[in-house]
Amino acid sequence: MQVLYFAWVRQRIGLGAERVDPPAEVADVAGLMQWLAGRSPGHASAFAEAGQIRCAVNQAFCGPEHPVRAGDEVAFFPPVTGG
Amino acid sequence: MALIRVQEAPFDLAAESAALTAGRDDVGGLASFVGLCRADDGLAALVLEHYPGMTERALAEIAAQAEARWPLTGCTVIHRHGRILPGQPIVLVLTASRHRTAALEACAFLIDWLKTGAPFWKHEEFADGTTRWVAARSSDDAAAAKWG
Repeated sequence: MQVLYFAWVRQRIGLGAERVDPPAEVADVAGLMQWLAGRSPGHASAFAEAGQIRCAVNQAFCGPEHPVRAGDEVAFFPPVTGG
Repeated sequence: MALIRVQEAPFDLAAESAALTAGRDDVGGLASFVGLCRADDGLAALVLEHYPGMTERALAEIAAQAEARWPLTGCTVIHRHGRILPGQPIVLVLTASRHRTAALEACAFLIDWLKTGAPFWKHEEFADGTTRWVAARSSDDAAAAKWG
């Protein structure tokens, strides 16, 4: 699974992208966030503000209940500020 | 099909407008919006980050919605990324139609949705060396939501 981070989520984690292989019980975005938070203090700091983090699975915005599976591209980022 | 571009380079409003109406005699109105970088609070530069791949896809989806909703003869969305200085353009939206109402409404719709539906993040750099991420505003969500 390819995980991407943007804006302050990327800065706190110190990575723009990483390949991860979460255990089978990680079935949705919320579960993935919880699991990723345990990877480093930077991850923990970023995901501590879970309510401020938005997600996209395979380049489509989605909520925390969206399923994730091996091979997905999952991105975490703050609310967008384009325009 | 709308023309969608995500680029670092500046864009040329006149050239893009001409391209949208070239060779046609059925366009009665061309609406344009150019979003510029404002120098609020001593801002020295804005750095726009985006999600390559998803950005183009999200912009195309928003433009397709506008084209489904209004009878447009053409639509262009160009969004810049990278470092942008105060006074420089950030985003261009052009909508063309037989009549002004469709062009103007579709343009307003696109501007509102760009703020909330495209994966861009603005990082502000100030003259005193401090930086901060621009926070999303609930007024932008409300502006997009009013289109239903």
